[in-house]
Amino acid sequence: MSNVRPDYVRPVDFRHGRVDMTHGSGGRAMAQLVDELFLAAFDNEWLRQGNDQARFAPPPGRMVIATDSHVVSPLFFPGGDIGCLSVHGTINDVAMSGATPLYLAASFILEEGFPLADLKRIVDSMAAASRDAGVPVVTGDTKVVERGKGDGVFITTTGVGVVADGIDISGDRARPGDAILVSGTMGDHGVAIMSLRENLEFETTIASDTAALHGLVAAMVAAVPDIHCLRDPTRGGLATTLNELARQSGCGMVIRERDIPVEPQVNAACEFLGLDPLYVANEGKLVAICAAADATRLLAAMRAHPHGKDATIMGEVIADPHHFVQMNTSFGGRRIVDWLTGEQLPRIC
Amino acid sequence: MKYIDEFRDGGLARKLAVAIAAEARPGRRYNLMEFCGGHTHAISRYGIAGLLPSNVNMIHGPGCPVCVLPIGRIDNAIELASRPGLILCTYADTMRVPASKGLSMLKAKANGADIRMIYSSADAVRIAREHPDRDVVFFAIGFETTTPPTAVAIRDAAVAGLSNFSVFCNHVLTPAAIGSILESKEVRELGTVPLDGFVGPAHVSTVIGSQPYEYFAEEYRKPVVIAGFEPLDVMQAILMLVRQVNDGRAEVENEFTRAVTRDGNAKAKALVAEVFELRRSFEWRGLGEVPYSALRIKEKYRGFDAEVRYGIEYRSVPDNKACECGAILRGVKKPADCKVFGTVCTPENPIGSCMVSSEGACAAHYTYGRFKDAAVVAATAR
Repeated sequence: MSNVRPDYVRPVDFRHGRVDMTHGSGGRAMAQLVDELFLAAFDNEWLRQGNDQARFAPPPGRMVIATDSHVVSPLFFPGGDIGCLSVHGTINDVAMSGATPLYLAASFILEEGFPLADLKRIVDSMAAASRDAGVPVVTGDTKVVERGKGDGVFITTTGVGVVADGIDISGDRARPGDAILVSGTMGDHGVAIMSLRENLEFETTIASDTAALHGLVAAMVAAVPDIHCLRDPTRGGLATTLNELARQSGCGMVIRERDIPVEPQVNAACEFLGLDPLYVANEGKLVAICAAADATRLLAAMRAHPHGKDATIMGEVIADPHHFVQMNTSFGGRRIVDWLTGEQLPRIC
Repeated sequence: MKYIDEFRDGGLARKLAVAIAAEARPGRRYNLMEFCGGHTHAISRYGIAGLLPSNVNMIHGPGCPVCVLPIGRIDNAIELASRPGLILCTYADTMRVPASKGLSMLKAKANGADIRMIYSSADAVRIAREHPDRDVVFFAIGFETTTPPTAVAIRDAAVAGLSNFSVFCNHVLTPAAIGSILESKEVRELGTVPLDGFVGPAHVSTVIGSQPYEYFAEEYRKPVVIAGFEPLDVMQAILMLVRQVNDGRAEVENEFTRAVTRDGNAKAKALVAEVFELRRSFEWRGLGEVPYSALRIKEKYRGFDAEVRYGIEYRSVPDNKACECGAILRGVKKPADCKVFGTVCTPENPIGSCMVSSEGACAAHYTYGRFKDAAVVAATAR
């Protein structure tokens, strides 16, 4: 007589198992993966309902929605991994409107053969990031593609949040005379990723700055409700973000190289790789633009928060029909900080 | 950053600027050519031109390896990469150079060619080792700085017996290009390019030394100051050139003594001599056919010569008619003189090679300096 319990299901093998096509087929294997991995990690009332969607009552204020796909390579890097990055990235996109992020949706594209141990590590990291941020993952989806048609795992997250009436933070609100602030050192994330790239491996203690910035934003909005612009300088770095804002607002900018914080190690890595830290990605920093009269107050609020302790006022908005971002170099000259051409590094987020 | 910041000190830069302004005599112009793209980049990136008096004029020379590569050579590389099973390894700079038929290596890659961007010639050898069943070709370009690493790659491949590895050699020589500029009719006869002196290459000179430039100083009476790539190096070299011009001297001076000697790097030179020999002639973009200006792989290493192995035939392709890259590379025109500069031709959609590499005169001016053109336009409009 068999001593196997009649309702026994062999648990998913998170030590040696790999993703196979059945994990995306909609069958029992997929249901089991959802239960034992995603539900276990993200556990919350919405997921427990087992629906294909999450329902919640709209809070007062205006709704904000943002989505972000994550394809970073390598998947694990100093300071983080694709999991926490996918949570932080979307929370930040929502937060840059001044909003409080409320819920996340997550969509996974898995490649056949991907180790379940790595997947569990990534999902656990996402869950921890979401718990720390206080923004639950309330719905999700999983698809599996054949071996060779993905790169391990791609994650798309969508976030919804709510912004109080009266807050109007938008990339088109920079005005001549406004002050430009940055929340901390530039280029950490890109250099951390680069240090692991094939052919480039170099030793550094620089870790990715990946972080959720909604707490910092809340403190900033409390201090200066009329912040004009907020943006996180991710791909393309600070240079790209400033050019985007200049174009959106129809103005120019003059920034001061000496007031832009860059870690010496990041500078060194960029120096020997022929890169410019102003174009290297960040995942836990923001650029803020506000009226000059509000700048000192905003700076103080930023510096009082752990994610803004190295904040500086590093430039000002000017009238310029060409929308140039100019920089006074530490050397004493002046040059353009132009849009990024081509790609400085592929697949960094 | 130690050993870097010292050479980018704003206070010293202002002192040098004052010294240059004091030395430069009003009433005469100082037309100085920086040969190297590295210097062009430094001048633009640090805004050095803005620190010079108006009678000291920097002319951008042809020392950008990507810029002087003729279209026909890129076409050859794309043809190679299109062979089934072949892996072409290249430095990233060449990827966006426009080739014939609207192609570039980047587009060829998107069309399915297996083109790998590498940081070092050693990576190409490694790729060949990892793919013994596939042909791997290294698209070797550059001046004397990148030639020794290519020689090392060929020698390593020979030692390892890597029969699937070869090199498409496009290495060119700095002194030949300087000679070609000094012999060009614009400089010799027409006087459209008044040249009072050269800022000599930094990295190239670490390999070949300062001695090869002595000929230009003596024969053509042109002062040469070899300079490092840091902005203070460039300003110091400009000051030294202004002084030579004032004194009526034409000497080779070495500002970059921390890395350059008169004889250069003997080991690197011996390695290059072992693997390479002079080509009778080579086409340069902007300069045309220049005799004895490039290297090819010696008979002894023939098995690693992609031109021999794949029977590569070179076909010269004329530049786009609107593109002034040729004149810009010879110092006859400035980027802003070109009709398509900043309009049809931008770093995103380069027509000419000078707009591709960050060391190219057009790309450097577009990326760092074009606000000055706008200021001129705005001022004249008023």
